Amino acid sequence: MAVTSGSSRFVETTRVLAPGQSPGGLDDAVNTPVLSGRTPLWWWAGFAVSAGLLGLYVISIVHLITTGTGIFGNNMPVAWAMPIINFVWWIGIGHAGTLISAALLLFRQPWRTSINRFAEAMTIFAVVCAGLYPILHLGRPWVFYWLLPYPNTLGMFPQFRSPLTWDLFAITAYATVSLVFWYIGLVPDLATLRDSAKSRFQKLLYGVLSLGWTGSARGWARYSRAYLILAALSFPLVLSVHSTIALDFAVSQVPGWNNTIMPPYFVAGAVFAGFAMVLLLAIPLRRAFHLRHVITMRHLDNAAKLLLGTGMIVVYGYGIELFMAWYSGAEFELYMAYNRVFGADHWWAFWALIACNFLAIQPLWLRSVRQNPAALFVIAIIVSIGMWLERFVIIVVSLTKDFLLGSWFNYVPTFWDWALFAGSFGLFGTLFFLFIRLLPSVATSEMKEMAHHDAHHGSDYFEHVRSQYYGEGGRS
Amino acid sequence: MPQYFPPNTNAFVRWAILGGGAFLVALAVALPIFARTMNNAVGVPVPQPIDFAHNLHAAQLGIDCRYCHTSVEVAATASVPPSETCMTCHSQVRVGDPQLAELWSSWENGRPVSWNRVHNVPEYTYFDHSAHIASGVGCSTCHGRVDQMGGIWKAEPMTMGWCMECHRAPERFLRPRSEVLNMAYQPPSDQLALGRELVAAYHVDTDKLISCSTCHR
Repeated sequence: MAVTSGSSRFVETTRVLAPGQSPGGLDDAVNTPVLSGRTPLWWWAGFAVSAGLLGLYVISIVHLITTGTGIFGNNMPVAWAMPIINFVWWIGIGHAGTLISAALLLFRQPWRTSINRFAEAMTIFAVVCAGLYPILHLGRPWVFYWLLPYPNTLGMFPQFRSPLTWDLFAITAYATVSLVFWYIGLVPDLATLRDSAKSRFQKLLYGVLSLGWTGSARGWARYSRAYLILAALSFPLVLSVHSTIALDFAVSQVPGWNNTIMPPYFVAGAVFAGFAMVLLLAIPLRRAFHLRHVITMRHLDNAAKLLLGTGMIVVYGYGIELFMAWYSGAEFELYMAYNRVFGADHWWAFWALIACNFLAIQPLWLRSVRQNPAALFVIAIIVSIGMWLERFVIIVVSLTKDFLLGSWFNYVPTFWDWALFAGSFGLFGTLFFLFIRLLPSVATSEMKEMAHHDAHHGSDYFEHVRSQYYGEGGRS
Repeated sequence: MPQYFPPNTNAFVRWAILGGGAFLVALAVALPIFARTMNNAVGVPVPQPIDFAHNLHAAQLGIDCRYCHTSVEVAATASVPPSETCMTCHSQVRVGDPQLAELWSSWENGRPVSWNRVHNVPEYTYFDHSAHIASGVGCSTCHGRVDQMGGIWKAEPMTMGWCMECHRAPERFLRPRSEVLNMAYQPPSDQLALGRELVAAYHVDTDKLISCSTCHR
């Protein structure tokens, strides 16, 4: 095997792909852990923890369905609390995957190649976790299909003027396109796995999944056209899905929700949270699977730059929210802003949010921090907490103190609120651990193209493509 | 590349895709047909512990609906009569008749006759008989010619779509309050004109009729 990163002598690189890679070596590096009969101990440990949490998730859902939404801390006027916070949090995380796979493909950013596969998987699993929340949050989850426009005996149709209906279409479209995009991208890699599979189970699994891929020139031509079309289809979803979710809030009359800045601000927040999650997954993955020559410092550096950029857009959003509250002169808006920043019950949430989403990302201005995996990992955790707090501040703090004094109510999450949230990590983790064990977590077919270029044209592929499309001289 | 699958796999996959598409088309056709024709057990007699004959009591004997369904004008439920109501007559009429065994045992041990529900409106639908009667909805509009039924069954499907037929256009069904209990009532030829008058006269708020919280709280 031509893999060098497993040894302690490995030198980190800032190129998109460490020099001297061969196509066979890349296949070995990515596919050996998938095809190997032995499962490493860390995998079993992680899978056991995830499966345990998944058990908690199932128990919570059974308790929720048999008892009712009263097991949550939600009560009027805080009708939307933990379930919707967690829904927005999870769906936001998915956006980085779509941005990496679709937007960066269309913008000809080849550094996406080694991280797009697991980022897309992250998107799909995050959408699964997110999509279940609004359904579980219904009083009668078993009739969730009433949300769909289907011929029925109720004499009713969904209210198409309601953003909640748009939500349903945004999420189902997002889940479908993400899944198809991910799967189409997987087909050539699954064929590679099929061809080197050892056991009968693997032969059948990858044989069925690779859809009879032969690697013919015609197959490749159609594949790349389909992949580009799907990328063009998913690119608008990066912007539209979270905009629609932002409209759930912006269209309402609640002070703190009724802001025109919500859609772009939510989209930036989603990409921000998503890149934090990409880093949280990439940093352990590249170590555990010895992929440091494939997922290089260049990827971490670029992801950190996007984290900083989108983070500062989000911080701008916080500023504009407070400014608009003052500038509107509306009494309820002013009180909402005061309550958010200084209110006795939840001031800590706002300041913790500023600490997490503003202060904690400032070190990313330094290259030494951006290329330090441990520091990035810590910052990514802080940002994930910060983005959860952001949704807490927007949803809960705005609702607790609305127009009428008489209806003010403080919100306290219950055990089951937390159990369902912890459980959703179990669902995500279980799916992700199964993914990294059964499927190639790096798109080897695209990496091999890059390695071929490096070997035969002797330059960094990233710089080559950049100079080709942006007309600048490549790096020496 | 070795062969893992038999040669007819490709044909199988093609047929499976075709079958899946055909299934979706069939579903898209079948669902509207089901929605339009679903009868929800209309006209199917519901077995009861006593073969109570509405036609005998209401038509031949001429007993007022409200003699048994006492709260229909003032409460949400019309109420099913207690055995005491039956005994106002049956303490004298057909005493000891084995057909009424359930009534005798109920009278002796004080347990109500366990009638089977005919109109099972979901618990999240807050139907109110008194509001409908006050607005001029006749008994027979929803329950049909109960005075001609030997047993008891649903005359209408009681689906939400069926409710909405009237809630969206009440003028098509309302009758004068004096005619509410008239089982043989036939709408006049100028029903729409009369209905619009009645909607105004009985203060039926047609905007509220189609809002969710009128029936679901």
